[in-house]
Amino acid sequence: MKYAGLLVMPAGFLLTLAALLLFPDPTRRLAFVMCGLAVEAMGLAVAVRGHMPARGASRP
Amino acid sequence: MNAMVPMTPAAAMSDALFALTLALLLLAPLAIAGVALINAGLGRSRSAAQALLGNLALGAIAVIVFALVGASFAGTPGTSEAALHVAGKIWGVLGLGPFLMHGLGSAAPQAQLALLFEFMAVAMAAMIPWGSGADRWRLSAGCAAAAVLAGIVFPLAAHWIWGGGWLAQLGANFGLGAGFLDSGGAATVHALGGLAALALVWIAGPRRGKFPREGLSTAMPGHNAVYVLFGCLLALVGWLAWNTAGAVIWLHAPLAALPGAAINTSLSAAAALLATFAVTRFRFGKPDASLCANGWLAGLVTSTACAALATPAEAIFAGAVAGFFTPLLVEVLELAISIDDPSGAIAVHGASGLWGLVAAGFFAPQAGQLTAQLVGIAALLGIVLPLVYLLFALLNRLVEFRVDPDGERIGMDLHELGGGAYPEFVIHRDESYR
Repeated sequence: MKYAGLLVMPAGFLLTLAALLLFPDPTRRLAFVMCGLAVEAMGLAVAVRGHMPARGASRP
Repeated sequence: MNAMVPMTPAAAMSDALFALTLALLLLAPLAIAGVALINAGLGRSRSAAQALLGNLALGAIAVIVFALVGASFAGTPGTSEAALHVAGKIWGVLGLGPFLMHGLGSAAPQAQLALLFEFMAVAMAAMIPWGSGADRWRLSAGCAAAAVLAGIVFPLAAHWIWGGGWLAQLGANFGLGAGFLDSGGAATVHALGGLAALALVWIAGPRRGKFPREGLSTAMPGHNAVYVLFGCLLALVGWLAWNTAGAVIWLHAPLAALPGAAINTSLSAAAALLATFAVTRFRFGKPDASLCANGWLAGLVTSTACAALATPAEAIFAGAVAGFFTPLLVEVLELAISIDDPSGAIAVHGASGLWGLVAAGFFAPQAGQLTAQLVGIAALLGIVLPLVYLLFALLNRLVEFRVDPDGERIGMDLHELGGGAYPEFVIHRDESYR
């Protein structure tokens, strides 16, 4: 799951690039860039969840 | 005081401005010294010598690797670069300057100052994850990671933002303000360093005994609050020099704009400290020294992006927001998602750096600047974080990041250096190993 999250993050970045190329209108462009960031945030959340150690994993 | 208009055309630099900027850059290492002292103080006493030696070693590796190869990939505006041609626009991806800083002596004064600034920046960026890996990250692995950051990741980001790459050209290509603005290194240094710290703690894992099977996480407080707080004062001096020099080099700010940048830096740090002081006083009944230090540093980090663009009131607002959220984020990272970050670098450098970049987008006078800043943040999260994680994961297979359990038990000083930082003091046994 942690790798899936890290793969979703570049996908969000590609959305922001698409916003630059597809939307000349500043408002729509900003909204689409925000959508890309939201996708990145979801990927980050999945990566964080995947890296959370099981309780007790760090106990010697 | 008016907000400074960024990215005026670069005029030939006067001798006086060159001398002043050079003098400021010679003071900037005090920011690095402050962060190093804070990192050492927030770690344990049995790892203090290794922590400070690590800061020196990582900085040394970073500047040498950057001089050998990184500076070539970072490039400077107007020099050759590897670029993509998409939709009729040129997207500069990587600099292709000469290796080994060939031709430095004949470069323009402004280019020489930019290179010196990047030397400070790469050293700071490489050191930031070191504090997060305290008490468990091996020195050799830290040096290898610093080489990777200085040779690949930092030059990539530096070219995009400072070297005339695609983020710097967002204004010219898409009408987004003045392009991505980062005059002090909020993105290239602090956000990059904070994201590298996140990748590191994911790969290295928490300190042994940090997250027990039952109950809350084990408190492992820093061993010397005096180091931490003195480091904050030292960092202020360095940050004042850093932000004002950055304004000259990257925004071509006139002399008259520099006092404003310095004032905004101080105001941002002050507001952040007071906000953290109030939050910790409210939450714990008493102000927390180490969290207040984190808040102060978060204010300074926020100022790196917006000190040269904001008015004093805006600087106070940006710093106060950073100071308010930093202790809460430190708490969430540790208690809710089990991230063991002894120095708080992920919140202090990563999150505050990103917030500073957003704030700069709000405060800059040009239309479309906020969109440019958000695109830059998307690049940091969508490209830089996965890239650093991939490189660190590969590196971990070659040079194991984490010290063995015995080394962690006796402390990094004895294990890696053969002697402690405080040989005449009794080092108390760690309660978590009972």
